[in-house]
Amino acid sequence: MNEILRIVGLAFAHKRLCAAAYLAAAGAATAYLFLPKFIGGAVDDITEIAETGEVPQGTILVAVLAILGLSVVRGFLSFAQTFASESLSQRVAYRVRNQFYDHVQRMSFGFHDKQHTGNLMSRAISDVESVRMFVNMGIIRTPYFIALFIAVSVLLLQLDWRLGLISMSFLPPAAFQSSLLRLKMRSIWLRAHEKMGELSTALQENLTGVRVVRAFASEEYEQEKFERKNIEVATDTIEAERLHSLNASFTLFTFVVALGLVLWLGGREVINGQMSLGELTQFILFMQILAMPVRMTSMLVHAYARAASAGQRLFEILDFESPVQESPGAEEITRSGGRVRFNNVSFSYDDRHPVLKGIDFEVQPGKVVALLGAPGSGKSTVVDLIPRFYDVRSGRITIDGMDVRDVTLESLRRNIGIVQQDNFLFTTSIRDNIAYGRPHATMDEIVEAAKVAQLHDFISALPDGYDTEIGERGSTLSGGQRQRMAIARAVLLDPPILILDDSTSSVDAGTEELIRQAMESVMKGRTTFVIAHRLGTIQKADTIMVLKDGEIVQRGTHSELLQSRGPYREIYELQLRPQEEIMREVDMPMAIGGEALP
Amino acid sequence: MMGGMFAGAPKGTAGDEETFGKVYDKRVVTKVLPYILVHRNLAILAFVAMLVFSATQVAFPWMIKVGIDRFITGGDFAGLTWVFGIFIGLAALNFGSNYIQQLAMAKVGQGVLFGLRRDMFAHLQKLSLSFYDKTEVGRIMSRVQGDVGQLQEFMSLVVVTLGDLLSLAGIVAALLLLNLKLGLISMTVLPVFAIVLMVWQPFAIRAYVRVRTSASIVNGALNENISGVRVVQSMNRQEKNLRDFDAKTQDVQKSNLYASRLSAGLLPPVDILMAVAIGLSLFFGSGMVADGALELGAMIAFVLYIQRFFDPIRNLTMQYSQLQRSMASGIRIFELLDKEPDLVDSPDATPLPRLRGEVELRNVSFGYSPDEDVTRNVSLKIEAGQTVAIVGPTGAGKTTLVSLLARFYDVKRDRGAILVDGRDIRDVTRGSLASQMSMVLQEPFLFSGTVRENIKYNHTDVSDLQMTEAAMAVGAHEFISRLEDGYDTYLEERGGNLSVGQRQLLSFARAIVADPRILVLDEATANIDSYTEMLVQKALRRLLQGRTAIVIAHRLSTILGAHKIVVLAKGEIIEVGTHSQLMNLDGLYSHLYHMNFDAMEKSADQSGKMAENGQAIAQTNDTNEKASVTGHGTVEVDLSPGAQNDSSDGHSEPAVNDKPASANGTHAKQPETKPARVKSS
Repeated sequence: MNEILRIVGLAFAHKRLCAAAYLAAAGAATAYLFLPKFIGGAVDDITEIAETGEVPQGTILVAVLAILGLSVVRGFLSFAQTFASESLSQRVAYRVRNQFYDHVQRMSFGFHDKQHTGNLMSRAISDVESVRMFVNMGIIRTPYFIALFIAVSVLLLQLDWRLGLISMSFLPPAAFQSSLLRLKMRSIWLRAHEKMGELSTALQENLTGVRVVRAFASEEYEQEKFERKNIEVATDTIEAERLHSLNASFTLFTFVVALGLVLWLGGREVINGQMSLGELTQFILFMQILAMPVRMTSMLVHAYARAASAGQRLFEILDFESPVQESPGAEEITRSGGRVRFNNVSFSYDDRHPVLKGIDFEVQPGKVVALLGAPGSGKSTVVDLIPRFYDVRSGRITIDGMDVRDVTLESLRRNIGIVQQDNFLFTTSIRDNIAYGRPHATMDEIVEAAKVAQLHDFISALPDGYDTEIGERGSTLSGGQRQRMAIARAVLLDPPILILDDSTSSVDAGTEELIRQAMESVMKGRTTFVIAHRLGTIQKADTIMVLKDGEIVQRGTHSELLQSRGPYREIYELQLRPQEEIMREVDMPMAIGGEALP
Repeated sequence: MMGGMFAGAPKGTAGDEETFGKVYDKRVVTKVLPYILVHRNLAILAFVAMLVFSATQVAFPWMIKVGIDRFITGGDFAGLTWVFGIFIGLAALNFGSNYIQQLAMAKVGQGVLFGLRRDMFAHLQKLSLSFYDKTEVGRIMSRVQGDVGQLQEFMSLVVVTLGDLLSLAGIVAALLLLNLKLGLISMTVLPVFAIVLMVWQPFAIRAYVRVRTSASIVNGALNENISGVRVVQSMNRQEKNLRDFDAKTQDVQKSNLYASRLSAGLLPPVDILMAVAIGLSLFFGSGMVADGALELGAMIAFVLYIQRFFDPIRNLTMQYSQLQRSMASGIRIFELLDKEPDLVDSPDATPLPRLRGEVELRNVSFGYSPDEDVTRNVSLKIEAGQTVAIVGPTGAGKTTLVSLLARFYDVKRDRGAILVDGRDIRDVTRGSLASQMSMVLQEPFLFSGTVRENIKYNHTDVSDLQMTEAAMAVGAHEFISRLEDGYDTYLEERGGNLSVGQRQLLSFARAIVADPRILVLDEATANIDSYTEMLVQKALRRLLQGRTAIVIAHRLSTILGAHKIVVLAKGEIIEVGTHSQLMNLDGLYSHLYHMNFDAMEKSADQSGKMAENGQAIAQTNDTNEKASVTGHGTVEVDLSPGAQNDSSDGHSEPAVNDKPASANGTHAKQPETKPARVKSS
């Protein structure tokens, strides 16, 4: 109910369109309602003809012209009504779609960690469509139909109150039945929607993970998984359709019964001379007018049920407050000096399992910090907190002494360049991908950034150069190329603070070296956080911090850390003895350092 | 790898496939038919019920006519009561048939959609990866979801439309039966209406095509923004994206408004023509009544019929766009279903028996697009149980090579062959090959579901013990146990609640559970930190035992243990040999190696102080003294210290024909046999 009210609110925001639609509907209805009177009049005229044998061409012609005139008016007003209500529904859909888009793109990472893309998509597509349908059907047509019902009832009651009551007698049972089913259908629709969402998730994963599916030859397994969801969707939809059919058939049935009653009892009145045949015709014609709305009621109920569940799903997202909010008096920072301080920062994704505990450090402007640690030790989390992709649970992070929560998100992130672990490229040209964070960058700047990322030669060799379009998720670039794209993207931003999350891990040694050289020059004058698995990159850092289970267990420069026996040295040693020992243990012929040979 | 990918039309535009506007397409209808025929009995039931329903619908005005002409004008109330009785009986029949037709039709419809979805999914499993390289996931999604959804609308529409057509036929019959002359006169409006429709149709077709195009662009943009939200936020693109998106949604709105103006535009002609028909029948009817040629009740029935006559037509025009949309969807669905899988098992393909694991590539050339080869004339032989490392710069064709081995793509018959245990992989069933191969990819992909489901992926019969062992073997058990629900922890989409490294460990466990004969690691350890990598290496040692393995890695440390190292550049094998052999060759491999080393050296110089032994070598701790004295010691984390060695245990290398090259830590010593240096053409 709440959802419906909100949708109504959204529609009423467009006052003029609503008014236009209602006025046109009222006009069309009025014109429509005059029709039976003239047709009935003509029938009475013809009855006279039947009795007298004379043809009063004049009166018939007048009736015919009146019918024609009314129909012209009605036709154009119907057009206006349909168009106005369509415009209204499109406008509501447009707003909701944009709101949804904007809301989702501003949600913190915590939200996106939990939401399936497929699920969000189905909300944005089919649920918005359901809401749109409802605006059209529910908000414009329903009052129109109700008004039509009331007008027809009044006219019928005026004509003959007893027969009028009888002709309206189908309403209560039909309404009762509909409202009963409405509740049931709503929950079924909600369930069907969820199932549909699961189905699309299964499909999407199958498609995005196609290489895994193929590599495991798990097509049948996948098919079974899909089939289960598929059956559930079909079963629920059939049940919803069944209720819908029941409702539609029953409503029509009550209407036909009422029509029969009118013919029967009205016929008796005509026989008794209490009513003319023309008046009975009017009755029947009026009821005919009601036939369309009656047919539509079940559709309205359907639209209502769908809109209620769709609205619920949509508003659930739209009402979800991003945990990362800009504070009311947030300040704009122009260009940060780059002094980053973590003050006893703790963090948890779910409030139960602490991911970071008491992280405390300060980085002076222009310095390079390397983060090291096992998977899940919290390295990525540390850097995700700086641009406020998540907010700290306790403690605070400051940039140039200002709490990041007191700064506008836009200006905060403008000052931070990030190369993420999972590089996402957009389906657009290479040029636009590099310029993603600075759409107005000049071509020279873009080329410069590409050169820094060692990507320029590759791009220039492409037939379309910088205008080459990139496929979904950049799948047409190799991992190394994608990473360099991401680096170029960050370089172009010229940020005082730079975050490199694993950025060179999947580049071959040659490329990596090139990138490293490039990055070194890029890092100059910027505060840089590097998460890398190679000591080669890390060694150059001014400070190395080793994380374990969300805590900093060691920090210092490379040489300092090497001198103390600690986790860093352990890692260091492990790195330096790669295959050697491991392989020696195995009875394998590979491997191994010089003295391994006898 | 780039040749194929940039060929073809730019992606991200929707223009190429939105050019349909037909309301009726024979191909679609004939293709949907088999899906309906599966539910033949239900469909027949639905049709019969529909006939009954339409008949009752047409019968009601007729009963009114009978009531008026026979009984009301004659003053026979008892007779009228009979009519009423029949009326009620018809109403009951109307109710029953209506319910049955709708329900049966819903069942048929859902059955058809179910079948279509199932077949599309199954078909998608058969299409080769070249299809996926060229087609965006979003677009396939919109076919299976959106287009099938359109067909769902279509199905419910079919009921209404078919019912409408039947009543239309019934009404025409009734009109002509009531009075042939008047019937024909009142139907003179039909040709006029036909002309209106003919003028209207081309506009409508174009309008709805535009609607669909703009909608699919919006959906694409939305999908991308959600998937790339992390980049969007870090690049601060929200404002600009919203503006761009706004332009797209405005276009949707505009095209929809134009289309709805068109569809609403039919309302005035329909209303006016109906009035004309009623006027005509009243005008001429009155004369006939005067002549006694027409009864009064029949006259009234005429008006009632004409009013109903336009209802179906009105509905049909309102449904027009939906019909068109459904046909376009149908075309797209069958276009996908008709897409010949370009990688099919040959008819006489036989399943592979359990493999020893011997792999041979014979002069393999392959390109994603015909004009550019990604691999050229690659020949390589891998003995069963051997580990081969493939190295080379980005874009050299490493991933392509292993994709060919996994038969993600097929090598053309005249462009070389890949053999496993001496059998051409194109002559065996792909399933039997793939089930004996595991691949661990650079970007670990997990499915939403529990950790357990992910490790036991496709091997649900594996015991929990085996699963735990696999997890322990790759060092994943520890972190899994710490998860909230352990192995039953639900993983978000693509394992989003795990770090990339953790995801990779799970994918290793998954590969172990699959127990493959041939294992392919495509930069699988790139995202794992060194400590974990060491654990994984240990696990790999066990994993690789008795299996053939092909390892692609950038980290030379991962590579050093291989029996054979293959250096790939620009799609060709340029060097093959063991580490020491290749080092002595002073080719690309040693170049790559030194690049790492030199960089390391430089950085070590800068930091100044690490080498206890005075060498500018960064590692000097006691446990590693060997490395520091080896001379070419490598210290870069990427490189393993010490010289490498090779087949000292007697594994001989037919392809390379090398003897143990005991470099033994120095560059100086030449291998006794020259490693192969493949001539590049």
